[in-house]
Amino acid sequence: MEITARQEAEVQVLECSGRLTMVTARSLRDAVEQALGAGPPRLVLDLGEVGFVDSSGLGALISALKRARQAGGDLRIAAVTEQVRTVLKLTNLDRVLRPYADVPGARDGW
Amino acid sequence: MNPVRLALVRVLVVLTLLAGTWYVGWRWLFSVNWSSWWIALPLVLAETYALVDAFLFGTTMWRARRRPQPDPAPDEATVDVFITTYNEPVEMVVATARAAQRIRHPHTTWILDDGARPEMREAAARLGVGYVTRSEDWADRPRHAKAGNLNNALFETEGEFLLILDADQVPEPEILDRTLGYFADPEIALVQTPQWFSNVTESDPLGSQAPLFYGPIQQGKDGWNAAFFCGSNAVLRREALMQLGVVGYVREVREAVEDALDAAGRIVRRARRDATAHGPAVVAALDAVAAAVTTARRRARAGEELGSVTYDFRRAVDAASRALVDADVAQIRADLEELERMSEGGPVEVDEELGLPVVDDQSLERLAARDWSPLGALQSVDQLVRAVDVDRGDEAQPVMPLATISVTEDMATAMRLHSLGWRSVYHHETLAKGLAPEDLRTMLQQRLRWAQGTMQVFLRENPLVQRGLSLGQRLMYFATMWSYLSGFAAVVFIAAPVIYLCFGVLPVNAYGMEFLQRFVPYVVLNQLLFMVVGYGVKTWRGHQYSLALFPLWIRACWTAAANVVGGRPLGFVVTPKTRQARTGFPWRLVLPQAVAVVVLVLACVVGVVRLWTGTAGSAIGTGVNVVWVVYDLVVISVIFEAARFRAPDNHEEVAVHGDHGQAGG
Repeated sequence: MEITARQEAEVQVLECSGRLTMVTARSLRDAVEQALGAGPPRLVLDLGEVGFVDSSGLGALISALKRARQAGGDLRIAAVTEQVRTVLKLTNLDRVLRPYADVPGARDGW
Repeated sequence: MNPVRLALVRVLVVLTLLAGTWYVGWRWLFSVNWSSWWIALPLVLAETYALVDAFLFGTTMWRARRRPQPDPAPDEATVDVFITTYNEPVEMVVATARAAQRIRHPHTTWILDDGARPEMREAAARLGVGYVTRSEDWADRPRHAKAGNLNNALFETEGEFLLILDADQVPEPEILDRTLGYFADPEIALVQTPQWFSNVTESDPLGSQAPLFYGPIQQGKDGWNAAFFCGSNAVLRREALMQLGVVGYVREVREAVEDALDAAGRIVRRARRDATAHGPAVVAALDAVAAAVTTARRRARAGEELGSVTYDFRRAVDAASRALVDADVAQIRADLEELERMSEGGPVEVDEELGLPVVDDQSLERLAARDWSPLGALQSVDQLVRAVDVDRGDEAQPVMPLATISVTEDMATAMRLHSLGWRSVYHHETLAKGLAPEDLRTMLQQRLRWAQGTMQVFLRENPLVQRGLSLGQRLMYFATMWSYLSGFAAVVFIAAPVIYLCFGVLPVNAYGMEFLQRFVPYVVLNQLLFMVVGYGVKTWRGHQYSLALFPLWIRACWTAAANVVGGRPLGFVVTPKTRQARTGFPWRLVLPQAVAVVVLVLACVVGVVRLWTGTAGSAIGTGVNVVWVVYDLVVISVIFEAARFRAPDNHEEVAVHGDHGQAGG
């Protein structure tokens, strides 16, 4: 999975593309660590190009949320694809981590 | 089990249950001697317990199946082999790791060292196997023993499948080849194989091999899709475990956040009552927080995502706190010191055993009853919510796939997997060999732990009412738990004949022909069923231990209930890993049984004397009860054999481990 980071105002946006699975979960973790060390701890994960997420990927999202909160910030997800939305609903994770429609929408809440 | 034998078993099950119901029904309706209700009632209850046990056994055996050979394992399946260890000798773990390296199917071997020992790390490096210890996230957080060890390792590895091995369970090279094929079915989450011990003698006085459980019983449960995880010698699908973890995370966060917001509301209301004395700024700040609590609770109940609900709430509390900073600084300082001192016993205690955030009402009362400065009140609110927030600050990691509600994490995890719709497999082939306890004390500690753990699951997540389980699955889990209640029945089965033989007190209306006509067929059919099911399997030890360990079973039920209902710690017993020094006959361990034996023998003598002198009421009655006493004695005798038993000294390494089994195995 490819992850590119950019900064928009007080928020860091991590654009992800590929599959978020047990194999790629680590790269998400590393990218989040790096971002938290480099800039403001408010992260938006742009998942527009992520076609598939498994439970390990969801676990990685939860861990990322925890790290962001620990760093005094927060984490949101945006632009999820159909498969990801379904998985979030099946596990009820959407009740803790709401998928925002797009990056600006996610940023606005803050 | 071949079809002919299964048909025979089913016939016997039906006959036994019919005969049993006829007998017990007659007992309740016609044969209870209510004038001696104090012994008559417990006895008929104990017999009813045994009938229910027989019914559950029959249900288990109804679908006993032997699975056909699975497909060969797919080459591209990635597997992590986890060897869990805490304080076992390094050489033992190395032996297991070496065998694990020789497993044919491609895999990565990991030693999960909860003891974080430098010697173990070096040994792992020399062998070339992976080495995992708890991350720093676990500092000052509940450890959760083996469940925590596995949960930690899940986040350090990537294999699609996990083979879990205890430190002493040496695997065969073909273990993955024989089990991975089952996972071609995408709904299979677990393949459990038997636990078999290489250091057990033929007569097995400690009852370590559990051939009935790792045999007909698991095969029976398998038929109902209820074969459960036994902590070792099993292959698990990572996706299933992680899904469990995510679902569990969501559920626990929601419950904890709701509890914490309720508590926060109470703290703020309390502080508000005295707020006017501190001035209008304080009142405004507290009102703002009270409103934030109301909003947060409303939003949470409406199903809004908790991430932003808690985030917004904490920001509101922060804003109000900042507004109060200019208030009475000295008072604030004093209160904060007090708060710090109290944070050991704060309202969000993390239960040592469970690690779940528990908003402790008593602690909360203490907290709310204090005369906090307004800022102190807000700080405690913030602390509360922070502990249970979506990042689960009270736990090392927010996602805990393996269940932590019980000291035996394996059965609880399997039950949760089943309730999410996953399926399990029992593969009846010994593919790993381990080491069983070699003395009575160690064996007792191990069995106590299993019993306590099972009863904890029974009380916390009762299978009869869990959502998502099929009827068969409910009965199968319940059957294991029910068997641990045998201690209570055993006490009655010892007391009743003694009371009759010594004092002539009849728990039944008569011991005549009517009684024998109904009792004998039931007993005979029950024994036949057992013999057919256990054909070729040594079941006597298990049977003996289910009664002979009655003090242990009772203690397990009692302490588990005290733990779950009353919050008392279990007094966790760590099974020692090295041979215990020979200290002579361990009387203390078997005192209740010794007393029972003496009492039984005396009762026998007294009963016969009474018959001889004509004071006894009935010859049949005395006869029946003497036979009963002899049976009890033969069953209990196993414990003395076990107490005397020392393993042959040709073992250099002595170790203890081993996992699940029903009461009696």
